[in-house]
Amino acid sequence: MGDHNQPFLPVSGDPECAPVLGDDVVVDGALHRPQPGSTKSKLLLAVFSGIFVVCLILAGGYDKSGVVKVAQLGGVDELGVGPIEMPAGSTIVRPAVSRGKSAGVSEKANFSPEQLLGGGEVIGDGLTEDFPWNNSMLSWQRTAFHFQPEKNWMNDPNGPLFYKGWYHFFYQYNPNAAVWGDIVWGHAVSRDMIHWLHLPLAMVADQWYDVQGVWTGSATILPDGKVMMLYTGSTNESVQVQNLAYPANHDDPLLLDWVKHPGNPVLVPPPGIHHKDFRDPTTAWKTSEGKWRITIGSKVNKTGIALIYDTEDFINFELKEGFLHGVPGTGMWECVDFYPVAVAGGNGLDTSVNGAGVRHVVKASLDDDRHDYYAIGTYDEEAGKWYPDNPAIDVGIGIRYDYGIFYASKTFFDQSKQRRVLWGWIGEWDSEAADVRKGWASLQGMPRTVVLDTKTGSNLLQWPVVESESLRLRSKEFKNVVAKPGAVVPIKLEAATQLDIVAEFELDKEAVERAVESDEEFKCSSSKGAAHRGALGPFGLLVLSEETLSEQTPVYFYVVKGKNATLRTYFCADQSRSSLANDVNKQIYGSYVPVLTGEKFAVRMLVDHSIIESFAQGGRSVITSRVYPTKAIYGAARLFLFNNGTEAGVTASLKVWQMNSAFIRPFPNL
Amino acid sequence: MIRSTIFLVLLLTLYPIPIQIQATPSIPNILGNNLIDQTCKKTPYYDLCIQTLVSCPESFHTDLEGLAKITVGAIAHKASAALRRIETILAKKEHSKPAVREALNACASRYRAVVEQDVPETLMSLRTGNYKFASRGTNDAATEAMSCEEDFAAGESPLSDLNVAVHDVSVVAAAIVQAVIES
Repeated sequence: MGDHNQPFLPVSGDPECAPVLGDDVVVDGALHRPQPGSTKSKLLLAVFSGIFVVCLILAGGYDKSGVVKVAQLGGVDELGVGPIEMPAGSTIVRPAVSRGKSAGVSEKANFSPEQLLGGGEVIGDGLTEDFPWNNSMLSWQRTAFHFQPEKNWMNDPNGPLFYKGWYHFFYQYNPNAAVWGDIVWGHAVSRDMIHWLHLPLAMVADQWYDVQGVWTGSATILPDGKVMMLYTGSTNESVQVQNLAYPANHDDPLLLDWVKHPGNPVLVPPPGIHHKDFRDPTTAWKTSEGKWRITIGSKVNKTGIALIYDTEDFINFELKEGFLHGVPGTGMWECVDFYPVAVAGGNGLDTSVNGAGVRHVVKASLDDDRHDYYAIGTYDEEAGKWYPDNPAIDVGIGIRYDYGIFYASKTFFDQSKQRRVLWGWIGEWDSEAADVRKGWASLQGMPRTVVLDTKTGSNLLQWPVVESESLRLRSKEFKNVVAKPGAVVPIKLEAATQLDIVAEFELDKEAVERAVESDEEFKCSSSKGAAHRGALGPFGLLVLSEETLSEQTPVYFYVVKGKNATLRTYFCADQSRSSLANDVNKQIYGSYVPVLTGEKFAVRMLVDHSIIESFAQGGRSVITSRVYPTKAIYGAARLFLFNNGTEAGVTASLKVWQMNSAFIRPFPNL
Repeated sequence: MIRSTIFLVLLLTLYPIPIQIQATPSIPNILGNNLIDQTCKKTPYYDLCIQTLVSCPESFHTDLEGLAKITVGAIAHKASAALRRIETILAKKEHSKPAVREALNACASRYRAVVEQDVPETLMSLRTGNYKFASRGTNDAATEAMSCEEDFAAGESPLSDLNVAVHDVSVVAAAIVQAVIES
């Protein structure tokens, strides 16, 4: 496209126009090519502009000395502010590695906290013997009891439901590679949400309206038991539309075959909504008029919104005026979810339930920062509006389901056990090259029940479904283990890669009373992780750790004594030393967690190879981590109790179960 | 004498442009408030961003998404150059230490992932509007490049300039993708 009015631009012969390296972008003959009919002033301009460009390049081009470290994927800080930090001006940093002390470590290991939990030294070349990734390290990463397909890429959970005795799970799947693309619907069933059996693909991209992706959708079970599945398709022209599908045979409990409604799409982007901002329809709920209502996330400028549609047949829809809700500055709302919770706690509620004793949750996955947020509020059914109880922590600016890696989550009402269950996509925190090499990417979180926290009234509680306990094998109890300030105490186990840990901690009361009030403003993400020593923390567990702590993943509490002796507790995970590898997430993340009077510091952790799910205070705050150790794998993985606070001792009681495999495999004899 | 001449040249270099631009409005003003300038200001490497975009004429006639695609093309180009250099070095069997050869092989699989996975994933994501995968792909390309450099002992990397180039242009691309997401 050599426009003769732009004489100082190089003429690109390559239609793809791949710009070349810095030292090739210099003034050359093309810049001064005389143009037909050019005036003297244009020639003069060409010369001066060419010289200017040369000066620009000679002035230093771009700053080669400042390599910007891109923040790794995944969680940032507890308020979910800003997706990518770019601290410039640092050279390529070699990974901080503490070589620690090797053999000869005694039972009651007296590691000095500074040595091992302190910031590691930068060793001369930063290399370890075990790089790059070998097959042993990579194959260890596969989980034993978390849902994942046999190979390739997975993302969002789709259309979960309980039907004719089976839990059904569908998911975004790439049948061809370990990265996102060629998306179709995978399918699996289970009797108990733990022991999954893989089924053939439910839907593939075989229509013009979903040829570029059979994207996320939700199921609605009608009163007569029939299933309606609404899902987003990316059309041949990249327009996002909503489509209807239903089982080919409603008598088939496995729901193997699906029919796409011949009149698809049933919804196209309405006026004012961009064709790439219209996706992820929800489960429908009944209105008082007897119609079905769904919501679809979108945005208007930078305001994330949830559109509302009413329908009687899932084929013809009426866009309701206004939105269910919107929050300025939150950007595109993906995977919106909307459901009632009982004020009294207890059981979950069918999506259509409304009335006294019910609050409604609105949840959105924010495209801008890749986190899931929810808020609790009031649903005005007639107006088709929802209002947050506390606008300061509205959707997208307040509470997250999970302060680690957890996205595109979706709930469903399990009518067989009267509970609301939450699925969440757990991506990878390693490099795509490693994903390609190991042949797979992504997990689903352990399904969680969701209820209102009746003690605080202002947040939800999440807890692994009770069926997770069926995986428990042998257990070991450790009662009243004392960890003085600076202590690291080994927890002796036969193995430490498939665990269910239930732990309680107490701080020494006198030390707490003695401790001076601090005005520290603490955030997990801006702290030094487990090396950040305060009077009353950090203390917790070192998971997937190696004997000499060359690799360790601390999951811990950090307590600050503030004004009027009030205690504020934070719950964090620290991946800065989780692996000697240089291409995995090394961030520190977490959140404030309410700890009420009389409560001990409590955590339940599911450790399953490269995933750790940590639930604090009965599920008030949850952190999911993806961890990729190179040494702390198989029989070399260890568990430690630690207390890196400076003043208070910690007494811990733990029960640790070895966890069985869920033997997830293809459905037999299909 | 020479110094004042250079000063004069620089002065004359800067002066005519604004005047000439008003006289010939069809010449694109890369110094003004147009899309390229605004977009590159959102990236941590403004000059590299300008360089990358300006060297591709399509930049002047496209939208934010198009600018993102152009920088992704730059990632592909530089990553391919890295792969070619790795092949060349590995072909010369007699010169490399085993540790260096091992690192080169690791880098080759990283850069193959960039070219065969990150780039197509990013382009597909931009095309269909499911933008977070473009963020994933561009950020990963930066990670692969940085990790490749770190796979070598200090001073032993024969790929430093290319690793820096891929890393930096990937960071620029990731920032432009983020601008697309937030637009």
